[in-house]
Amino acid sequence: MSRLLREHGLAFEDALRRLGGQFVAAFLNLLVIGIALSLPLAMYVVLGNVSAFSRQAAAEPQLTLFLQPDADATAARSIESRLKGHAAIGRYQFVTKATALEDLKKAAGLSGIVEELGRNPLPDAFVVTGRPDGAEALEALRSEAAKWPGVDHAQLDTLWARQVEAVIRGGRMVVVILGTLLGVALVAITFNTIRLQILGRREEIEVSKLIGATNAFIRRPFLYLGTLQGLIGACIAWGLVMFAVGVLERELGIAASLIAQDGVLRRLDLSDTIALAVLAGGLGWFGAWLSVTLHLRRFEPS
Amino acid sequence: MEQSMITLSGVTKRHPGGHEAVRRLDLSVARGEFVLLTGHSGAGKSTVLKLMAGIERPTEGTVTVSGQDLGTIRSSALPYLRRNLGLVFQDHKLLLDRSVFDNVALPLRITGFPGADIGKRVRAALDRVGLRDRERSDPLTLSGGEQQRVCIARAIVHRPAVVLADEPTANLDEAYALEIVGLFRRLHEVGVTLVVSTHSPTAFGDARVRQVALRQGIIVRPGEVKA
Repeated sequence: MSRLLREHGLAFEDALRRLGGQFVAAFLNLLVIGIALSLPLAMYVVLGNVSAFSRQAAAEPQLTLFLQPDADATAARSIESRLKGHAAIGRYQFVTKATALEDLKKAAGLSGIVEELGRNPLPDAFVVTGRPDGAEALEALRSEAAKWPGVDHAQLDTLWARQVEAVIRGGRMVVVILGTLLGVALVAITFNTIRLQILGRREEIEVSKLIGATNAFIRRPFLYLGTLQGLIGACIAWGLVMFAVGVLERELGIAASLIAQDGVLRRLDLSDTIALAVLAGGLGWFGAWLSVTLHLRRFEPS
Repeated sequence: MEQSMITLSGVTKRHPGGHEAVRRLDLSVARGEFVLLTGHSGAGKSTVLKLMAGIERPTEGTVTVSGQDLGTIRSSALPYLRRNLGLVFQDHKLLLDRSVFDNVALPLRITGFPGADIGKRVRAALDRVGLRDRERSDPLTLSGGEQQRVCIARAIVHRPAVVLADEPTANLDEAYALEIVGLFRRLHEVGVTLVVSTHSPTAFGDARVRQVALRQGIIVRPGEVKA
C-alpha cells in the first residue's frame, strides 16, 4: 500500500515538474481549457439566475387589473365585488395610483425621472394573487375581467414567466450541447498535449520499459498531468465566471435587484464547483488515457 | 545437474530482409555462472543478449529465463521479469535530462523503493564504479567511459539476479576496464549470473568464466569454465 502511494506520489511530482518545466506553453494550454470551459459555465450561471427569477415569479401567479384612468370609486367597488369570493382568487389588493407611484420611486430609484413627469401616469389597479397552481384559472379570469366595466387592461404576470421558462429549457439544451462540444475540445487539447509530452519523452519511456517499468508506471504521470490540466482549467473557468458575475452585478446595479430579490446574483455554489472539478478533471484524465494508450503501444524498446 | 538460469534452444533470429543474426543456437547458462560471449562485430553477441532480455523475440526456438518462456510470456509479465535483470547497453541509454543520481536511481524508483533506501543504494552503486563524486553531474558532461560506468551502476543498483552486459569495457581505458572486470567478478562471487559480450576476452584475465565464441550467428566454441 505504501509502495503504491509512493509511486503515485512520484508520478504526481513528475506531472507537476512537467507542468512547471514548460511554464509558458502549459499556461497557454490551461488558459485555452479555462476559457473553453468558462463559456458553457457562464451560460449555466446566467440561466440559473433567469430560471430562479422566473420560478419566483411563477410560483404565485398574479393578475393585475389596471383600471381606466377616469375610473371612479364606484367602478372600483363594482370590480372588487366581482373579485370577492371568486374561486380562482387567493387574495387581492387594491393599489391606488398614488401608492403605485411611491412604490415605483422606492423600488427602482426612479424618483428623479418621476418628479420630472409632473403628473402621475399610473392607474389604480387590483393586484390579484391566484391560488397555488391556479395559473390556468387565473388565465380564464384574465379573459373575463378584461371585459368588466372600468378595467382598462388585464395582465397575467405568469405568462411572460412561462415564456421565459420555455426559453430557459431551450437554453439548457444549448448549454448541454455547448458543454459537450467544449468537453470534446478539452479531451482533444489534453490528448494533443500528452502526445507531445510522450514524443518528447520517448527515450525515457523506452529505457524505463527496458529496466522493468510497467505500462501503468509509465502511464501514471501522464494521467496525473491530464487530470491536473483539467482541474486547473476548471479553476480558471471558475475564477473567470465568478469574476464576471461580480462585475455584472456591480454594473447592473438596480437591475440586479430586480432579477434577484436581495440584489445578489446567483453564483456557482459548492455542488456546482465540485461537479465542475469532477467533470473537467475526468475529461482531462480521459484525454490523457486515450493519448497514452494509443501512443505507448508504438514504443517498444529495441 | 546445475540449475539453468537462461536457456536458448534452437533459437534463430531472422530480421526483416531475411538476415539471420543467430542460427539454431543452443546455449544454457547456469545459475550463478559467468559467461563471456566473444566474437567479431556481427557475430550475433548483441542479438543473443537482446533475446535473453526479451527485447527481441526469437523467430524460431525458445528462450527461457528463470523458468519463463519469453516467447509465450504475457507482455504485462515481462517488466517484472526484467526487474530481475541488470542491463548494460553498448550505447549506455542514459537519460540526458537527468542527473547521474537520477539515472542510477531509475530502476529503484520503478520497483518502488523508499526514498531513503534509494539514496543509500545509488551512492553505493556509484562508489562501486568510482563515480561517487559525480552524482549531481549531467551525463553530457561525462566522458564515454564515465557514461558506461553510470550505465553499469544503473544495472547493478537494484541487485539483480542476472546481469546482461553488452561490451561493458568497450569505451573504458585499461585501468577502468580492469575495475569493471573486478566488479563483475565480485558480483559473480556473490552468486549473480553474468552474461557479458566482449571483443576482448583477455581483459577478463583469469576470471572463472566460460567463453562462448560466436561467428555469423553460430556458436563455434561452447566454452568451458576455467579452472
